[in-house]
Amino acid sequence: MEQFLQQLLNGLFQGSIYALIALGYTMVYGVLRFINFAHGDVFMLGAFTALGLHKAFGPALASMPWPVSLILILLASMAICGALGIIIELLAYRPLRNRPRLNVLITAIGVSLFIEYTAQLFFGATQRPFPELIPRTPVASTGGLTISVAQVIVLATTITLLIGLRIVVMKTRMGLAMRALSLNPTASTLMGVNNSVVISFTFGLGSALAAAGGILYASLYPSIEPFMGIQPGLKAFVAAVLGGIGNIPGAALGGLIIGITETLVKGYGQHFGIPSGYSEAVAFVILILILVFKPSGILGKTEREKV
Amino acid sequence: MKIRHFVLPALAAALGLASCKKGDDSTINIGEVAALTGGTATFGQSSHNGTQMAVDEINAAGGLLGKQIKLITEDDQSKQGEAGIVAKKLISRSKVSALLGEVASGRSLEMAPIAQAAGVPMISPASTNPKVTEAGDYVFRICFIDPFQGTVMSKFALSKGWKKVAILTDSKQDYSVGLTEFFKKHFTANGGTITGEQSYGSGDKDFKAQLTAIKAGAPDAIFASGYYNEVALIAVQARELGITVPLLGGDGWDSPSLIEVGGKAMEGCYFSNHFSNEDTSPAIQEFVKKYEAKHGAKPDAMAALGYDSAMILFDAIKRAGTVEGKALRDAIAATKDFPGITGKITLDENRNANKPAVILTIKDGKVVYTETIAP
Amino acid sequence: MKRYAPQIALIAVLAVSLGISMMSSQLDAYYLDIALNVGINIILAVSLNLVNGHTGQFSLGHAAFMAVGAYGASIFTLEAADQLIPMLGGPSTFATGVAFLIALLIGGLCAAFCGWLVGMPSLRLRGDYLAIVTLGFNEIVRVILQNTSGDGPFGGPLGLKGIPAHTSFFWVFAIAALCVYGVASMVNSTYGRGFLAVRDDEIAAGSMGINTTRYKVTAFVTGSFFAGLAGGLYAHLRTTISPEGFNFLKSFDIVVIVILGGMGSTAGVVLAAIVLTVLNEFLRDFEQYRMIVFSLLLIVMMIVRPQGLLPSLPFLKRKKA
Repeated sequence: MEQFLQQLLNGLFQGSIYALIALGYTMVYGVLRFINFAHGDVFMLGAFTALGLHKAFGPALASMPWPVSLILILLASMAICGALGIIIELLAYRPLRNRPRLNVLITAIGVSLFIEYTAQLFFGATQRPFPELIPRTPVASTGGLTISVAQVIVLATTITLLIGLRIVVMKTRMGLAMRALSLNPTASTLMGVNNSVVISFTFGLGSALAAAGGILYASLYPSIEPFMGIQPGLKAFVAAVLGGIGNIPGAALGGLIIGITETLVKGYGQHFGIPSGYSEAVAFVILILILVFKPSGILGKTEREKV
Repeated sequence: MKIRHFVLPALAAALGLASCKKGDDSTINIGEVAALTGGTATFGQSSHNGTQMAVDEINAAGGLLGKQIKLITEDDQSKQGEAGIVAKKLISRSKVSALLGEVASGRSLEMAPIAQAAGVPMISPASTNPKVTEAGDYVFRICFIDPFQGTVMSKFALSKGWKKVAILTDSKQDYSVGLTEFFKKHFTANGGTITGEQSYGSGDKDFKAQLTAIKAGAPDAIFASGYYNEVALIAVQARELGITVPLLGGDGWDSPSLIEVGGKAMEGCYFSNHFSNEDTSPAIQEFVKKYEAKHGAKPDAMAALGYDSAMILFDAIKRAGTVEGKALRDAIAATKDFPGITGKITLDENRNANKPAVILTIKDGKVVYTETIAP
Repeated sequence: MKRYAPQIALIAVLAVSLGISMMSSQLDAYYLDIALNVGINIILAVSLNLVNGHTGQFSLGHAAFMAVGAYGASIFTLEAADQLIPMLGGPSTFATGVAFLIALLIGGLCAAFCGWLVGMPSLRLRGDYLAIVTLGFNEIVRVILQNTSGDGPFGGPLGLKGIPAHTSFFWVFAIAALCVYGVASMVNSTYGRGFLAVRDDEIAAGSMGINTTRYKVTAFVTGSFFAGLAGGLYAHLRTTISPEGFNFLKSFDIVVIVILGGMGSTAGVVLAAIVLTVLNEFLRDFEQYRMIVFSLLLIVMMIVRPQGLLPSLPFLKRKKA
């Protein structure tokens, strides 16, 4: 029983990371209706930016208590990656507005490959250690269950960002504009929404979220490399689809479901003849099942394509 | 459709022309296949540094058979499928007399049939999978093989009194799967029990689920047969979960990354390796000094094996007095008690080297020699 | 004469490749290897083009079907060919040839079956979902192969070794020619106009009475079949295969060929397969920059000329359908 509880906790934390990445995915999709393949790569850049900042300002940061230096690095990396996201949108996606979806999808794949291989050129293909921004000490171990400080921070950040994002989308003028754009781009322009500004903002926010995810992920699993964003990115995408793409609470729910399922397969699959190696494929099996049986996802609304 | 009329004859002409070029006779060409870029670049670069050093030394001493050695290195980018192509390229374009490489068994297995078919001897510095040299009588290796390495770690665990061991295997790596298999065989046959067997795939980052399951079995040690990338993360997460027992592993751990990433979590863990750069014998210390002067870092096992693989080849060329394939093959096969950096090397009838393994441990953030286990 | 031009071209290619194949022992092994690679990539790219280009679906999992074909064909060759050859009258060029053809067909049919299995449910989905599902299928195939036992027929993570090197110039280019001929005549037939209709406007095509799902599945299954053949050829060329060699980056490589060649242009894609394969080989030293350049090309091209780089060449201009 104790082991089962620990596995659930493991799954919960793993899932909250997926949820964090899925938030950005789902927000960009919700507004722009396209899969930003490069999301996982901005996630990777977030981790490398943090590593670079930590190296550049090492002594200054070391003199501060860790929560302060963590927040500083987190905010700075989020700002840098947010700006990068806006630039990517401006250069690669903006010229493609009103072009066929397939072209946008191909561009997204191109952007993703470009970031990965350019990063490999600069950072090398081998793993690099990530500094211990969050102490890796266990925070509590009651009744044989262990939780580390890093895990608590990840969960707290995910919940904060989830609520924050919900407020931005539902309560602010910008959020109103995002929702309007998502419903009908032409009508929103007529209502005085500057679509370009809203799209830039969405991309910037999404990329900042990805960067935050990257840093927290690297704090939990402290070795980073240029292709580290691919697998979490894909799984987060599946999480977003599972929850109903475009739906923010859905993304969080999807992330948790995938995290917990994966962990349970790793922990118990053996007893049912499923080697733990199969856990890699779990997310994709879920994806295929959900797309066959309920393509709109758990919390999503069914949409009909209009002519 | 029309263009195909032109393309094919043009291609045929190019292929025909290409085969007329002759090799250069003033040097002895040796081909090397190594992963200089990509995921396993640390291994490839190390072995390449060692090999290059051996070539430079021989050339400085006047070369072989009155000729200079020319090392032609091809990068296989750590990718499946590439090693075979570059091996073909080295044999048919660069007219190499022998092939050195690869480190990874999977990629050596791609090269081996090509070397065998072309009658060009091939020496792998570090491919430990038994199947590599089964490809044919032109394929050699100068390192021990997985059955031995698995057995060594099992013997070591038993000698420490660890009777209950859990196993964590990288199911994506044939190397890890092989090591686990032979460890398990020897360990259970000699009174040990396996408390749990878990697997993961290289590239995974989260091992908490597997470790939680392993923890429930309360083992004395954990045999983690994968590569350093994941092992370092496994160690970190094991300690977070309150697992304090040592981790054991094979030569795939041998990288500075292991300690950089794993840090304190790696303390007190053990792995088997081909050589220790702490060894006090004069030959080894001289090698370490020369290597350090050139590359600014202490040599790891891959560098030493790369160096040895080239030196054994040169020794055989000297004895054969020719670089002709068959004679050279016979000379390599006759290698006996060659004083290598990684120990005395004798090639057996299966073209494998019978060598002792060293057990290393991590102490105060450094890799330290503990003992040698003979075959 | 003109009416039969494609058939004549097909026969010419078959004859020439048979001729080159007979003198292949005279050729440089490395250049021959490149040529065979070119041929295999032509098959892969043209078959993917049927799905991604002509039918307007977007598959990112072509390497998975290649893997299924490679494993299917290799397992047949390794396990059954020895029993089969005596039945065909002992070891002879003819007997090994027939056994190899059967192996290739088995690989192709296995791949086609998988294509049908994946295609049936997922082709109801829109383009970008299909991309992710096929990518996911690619990963599932790799993970399953990797987790098989090392002693079993699939060989686990190490894959299969010691596959006889049956792949010759003739086999590769005969199948490549058949693939190009098959896809071209399929798309250009009356029936085949349906593929283009599905690509250009699925809803309109549906309302015109075209069974869009059937067209999509047909394209997908045919594409998978040829990918399977290419996989079989690849396995019998390299003589070793392993699951990692068929990961989704391999699929991306094929997608890049199709996009740069021009989606929907068979001639453009064939030319792109030739140019890119040869370039990759001769620019080995610049490997680190290769993908950076290609990905930039993809981005710039989608903005400047989404129809592909090559169809701009005068002799490749497509007639308006």
